[in-house]
Amino acid sequence: MSSYSITEPSSRQKWVAGSLVIAYAIITLLPLVWILTTGFKSPTDAIAYPPKVVFEPSLEGYVNLFTTRTRVTQEQLEALPPPATWYEEIVRDRDMVIAGPSRYGERFLNSVIIGFGSTFLSVFLGTLAAYAFSRFKVPLKDDLLFFILSTRMMPPIAVAIPIFLMFRTLGLSDTHLGMILLYTAVNISLAVWLLKGFIDEIPREYEEAALIDGYTRFQAFYKVVLPQAATGIASTAIFCLIFSWNEYAFAVLLTSGTAQTAPPFIPTIIGVGGQDWPAVAAGATLFLVPVMVFTILLRKHLLRGITFGAVRK
Amino acid sequence: MAEVRLSNLSKSFGDTDAVDDVTMNIPNGAFVTLLGPTGAGKTTILRLIAGLETPDQGDVQIGGRSVVADTPAQRNVAMVFQQYSLYPHLSVRENLAFPLRSPLLKTPEAEIERKVAEVAEVLRISHKLNNKATALSGGEMQRVSIGRALVREPSIYLMDEPLSSLDAKLRSDLRIELKRIQANLGATLLYVTHDQIEAMTMATHVGVLDHGRLVQFGSPREIYENPVNLYVAGRLGQPRINVLPADMFGGAPTGAKTIGLRPEHIAQGEGKSSEVKRVEHLGDQIRLHLRLDGHDIVTLSENYQTVEPGDTVAIQPRNPLFFDASGARIA
Ligand SMILES: Nc1ncnc2c1ncn2[C@@H]1O[C@H](COP(=O)(O)OP(=O)(O)O)[C@@H](O)[C@H]1O
Ligand SMILES: [Mg+2]
Repeated sequence: MSSYSITEPSSRQKWVAGSLVIAYAIITLLPLVWILTTGFKSPTDAIAYPPKVVFEPSLEGYVNLFTTRTRVTQEQLEALPPPATWYEEIVRDRDMVIAGPSRYGERFLNSVIIGFGSTFLSVFLGTLAAYAFSRFKVPLKDDLLFFILSTRMMPPIAVAIPIFLMFRTLGLSDTHLGMILLYTAVNISLAVWLLKGFIDEIPREYEEAALIDGYTRFQAFYKVVLPQAATGIASTAIFCLIFSWNEYAFAVLLTSGTAQTAPPFIPTIIGVGGQDWPAVAAGATLFLVPVMVFTILLRKHLLRGITFGAVRK
Repeated sequence: MAEVRLSNLSKSFGDTDAVDDVTMNIPNGAFVTLLGPTGAGKTTILRLIAGLETPDQGDVQIGGRSVVADTPAQRNVAMVFQQYSLYPHLSVRENLAFPLRSPLLKTPEAEIERKVAEVAEVLRISHKLNNKATALSGGEMQRVSIGRALVREPSIYLMDEPLSSLDAKLRSDLRIELKRIQANLGATLLYVTHDQIEAMTMATHVGVLDHGRLVQFGSPREIYENPVNLYVAGRLGQPRINVLPADMFGGAPTGAKTIGLRPEHIAQGEGKSSEVKRVEHLGDQIRLHLRLDGHDIVTLSENYQTVEPGDTVAIQPRNPLFFDASGARIA
């Protein structure tokens, strides 16, 4: 190439940048690979030292993740009819029978309900609030915005005890609604600030044009502002989901039965029938999937969202 | 279409008087241009008419009815913005159909189809209807945004420097096109510009704005031939009017401070001798840059004359304009 431009990095620069990114990716991905492989190892392989890179894959971890099992004697085992399913067979090999399903499915579903519910609520309320802050004369606007941000300045867990007491009084302990409200309260400040930035970038002329074209302000918001804020909404949603999906401290404290999410549940798997690392790893692996799918679906928006200020003229 | 009346309209932003006591009547079917430099208050006047701003004082009447309490939608005006003209998330077709789909008009789909096709035809953008609005050239975008106004039948079309971002060729094409469309529709149009050629060539009426005040309002010819002050005289005419000390040629009325000579107001052959500094050949005309008693003067000369730098030309005024010390016209 004979053309020369100041924005195009040289091949050497590209090579250095590329290596750095790859090195960083390896470092961050290694634990994930570890979790993923451990999920498919047998319990002995999982704790082998030095760690086994090549191993015989097994679904035992996944079977154990979804079942509860009881140990039986050899005579009892022989008295049973032959195993009807492949997973029963895996369990019988360990001298056990399946006693019933585990709670992982329920906990996972709780995570989905609470994670996506609070994300939806945060983004919904955040968008409306951000629009109002961006477009209207709100009394004490700067103070209100600062107050909203200030809720983020201490670690959320610092208020765990008051929240715990409050939830108990209000009957919100260990309920889906309680957790959704709590995660929304934590996420909303991020949502308002992020979205306000995005909406500020959308010129008012578009809404004004829509007003003149015969639309009401709400219709202008809905038809003109929202589609253009899609990028911001998508990236905000991802940030909110990642927080509420992974949140551990509040979940441990405020949920135990009905509304328990997966993060506090996964470690308890260890206790069931010895150090069952493959089952824990399987639980963690599956737990990653929804956030990954969500992020990949919104990936294009996310990239544009992060570089928003830079790309726009 | 309707008549639009502005009465004693004022609007200020903090210390800036953006619009200052403007009274103006836009007759039904007229093509009115508002001429003024950047910051003169042109956009603010359009926004006051459209209902995007509330006046501090004064009244806006459309079709004989005060609309200051109405929402923009209720006023039934169409506006072409100076920039950010198209909805970037919609296609060209959807952009054009947008006003027709409003809850105000609720046009049936077949009718929308027909109108969009018609307007696209007129503005020669039919082949771009399915493009995304952002995948157009500047000229096409501007035509689409004009089209978005034209699909409607509003009381008045408001256009805010719609051609200012275009290159010269396209601008003159669209100027002619717009004038033709307005004449065909018999539309009432208020067109804002800082370009005197646009103001002069398209308008039935021109209003000249200076710092929020409407200095003069009249036909283009009236404004050109009969400016009320030095500011208006200076805004119209290319090359600009020559402003010289009033006593330069004698015969100035009392109180006159300056004499204004348009290039065509200078007769050659007799009078004071001036030196030719520069000659510009414009094809059909010759533009002469002269120097007289330390003042630069620009005038026009017929093509057949051969004049060269260094020559001497005798000049005298013909129908000059005289202004007093404050710039007001006195003769
Ligand atoms: N929203 C606003 N806030 C503050 N000042 C404004 C606002 N709109 C216009 N102005 C001021 O009012 C004056 C007239 O502006 P404008 O109507 O946009 O002029 P023009 O369109 O002729 O360039 C300018 O001095 C401008 O800075
Ligand atoms: Mg303007």
